Amino acid sequence: MSSEISIKKVLFEPVVSNNPIALQILGICSALAVTTSLQLSLVMGLAVSLVTAFSSASIAMIRKQIPTSIRIIVQMTIIASLVIVVDQILRAYAYELSKQLSVFVGLIITNCIVMGRAEAFAMQNGPVVSFMDGIGNGLGYTAMLVAVAVVRELLGSGTLFGINIMTTINNGGWYQPNGLLLLPPSAFFLIGLIIWGLRTWKAEQKEAPDYKASAHVVKEAF
Amino acid sequence: MFEHYISLFVKAVFVENMALAFFLGMCTFLALSKKMEAAVGLGIAVVVVLGITVPVNNLIYTSLLKEGALAWAGYPEVDLSFLGLLTYIGVIAAIVQILEMVLDKYFPDLYNALGVFLPLITVNCAIMGASLFMVERDYNFGESLVYGVGAGTGWALAIIALAGIREKLKYSDVPEGLRGLGITFITVGLMSLGFMSFSGISL
Repeated sequence: MSSEISIKKVLFEPVVSNNPIALQILGICSALAVTTSLQLSLVMGLAVSLVTAFSSASIAMIRKQIPTSIRIIVQMTIIASLVIVVDQILRAYAYELSKQLSVFVGLIITNCIVMGRAEAFAMQNGPVVSFMDGIGNGLGYTAMLVAVAVVRELLGSGTLFGINIMTTINNGGWYQPNGLLLLPPSAFFLIGLIIWGLRTWKAEQKEAPDYKASAHVVKEAF
Repeated sequence: MFEHYISLFVKAVFVENMALAFFLGMCTFLALSKKMEAAVGLGIAVVVVLGITVPVNNLIYTSLLKEGALAWAGYPEVDLSFLGLLTYIGVIAAIVQILEMVLDKYFPDLYNALGVFLPLITVNCAIMGASLFMVERDYNFGESLVYGVGAGTGWALAIIALAGIREKLKYSDVPEGLRGLGITFITVGLMSLGFMSFSGISL
């Protein structure tokens, strides 16, 4: 790989081939609880993308000044300040949404994507590339959230963005909603299945087995 | 009064399990549940840290940040609650650091057992989440102590159970693409489904 990391690669690689949720196991914490509705997922994805991008950019700018021993605290302070801004904006202009997201906006601080990208990427690269890396990882996160939310909202309550798509039986229609999809466990199943699909498509993401059964050998008894 | 605390504890452990009902602390939950010993160590560390940070954050919130809390200093109309997020994470980082030093000095065995997990706890969403829930639900000091310990116990229970399942799962024949992370997600989903049967229980 050349020393100049291409911006396009940094921006689009995390969406499918290096997805933060499916491959890096980052940022699952606050992700799953908001995927019951598509609107919440989009807002959450947008918030995480912005916070990741700006925190990566600011950390990259001062990366040479940060003493290594206290870098975690410095990163935390930058991230927490950005999240406070996002939280206050949501409260001012979208109060209903911020009520529904409840603690999950605050939890962006401890979202491993933000910390992980700051630590793994922004500490070694310049501000512009880091900004793009933040946006890219945010996009990957958003894509996963939206994919899960579409399935959960459409099959769970027959709506998308709160707009009626399939009229449920309770409202005199034909669709019997699948209540399981509104409960927390369904998010796990869906992400598990998405990971399965992704890894079948991109075979290099498969994990090596911890344990391999050896071929059965019949020993001579006598 | 006592029943109230027991009910809160049971609710925090089973009904509102941090990991399985609110998806908090998932990163470490999935990444470090391969080995039983690691899971037990991490579980204990989380119980201790939650049991300390939630009440401390509660004290700070009620005596400094809450609207009107600064009345004793002569500023009755100041509302600093927007500084909450920054304060809680600072408190958590500081307490984890202090705990690390105390353990290193007085309980070296436990310190070695916890190893790298202690600093990792700072970025565990379950810790931060519990503090935020405490603020949102307006717990008093006693309640927040019980809630902190309960939430930690619930999380520890979940990760130890998952580690047990994963140790057995190693020897099973899982479809190739599902191996590792995929099957872990599905296992956690099934566990979460099991924990849902606790919902509605109150003492």
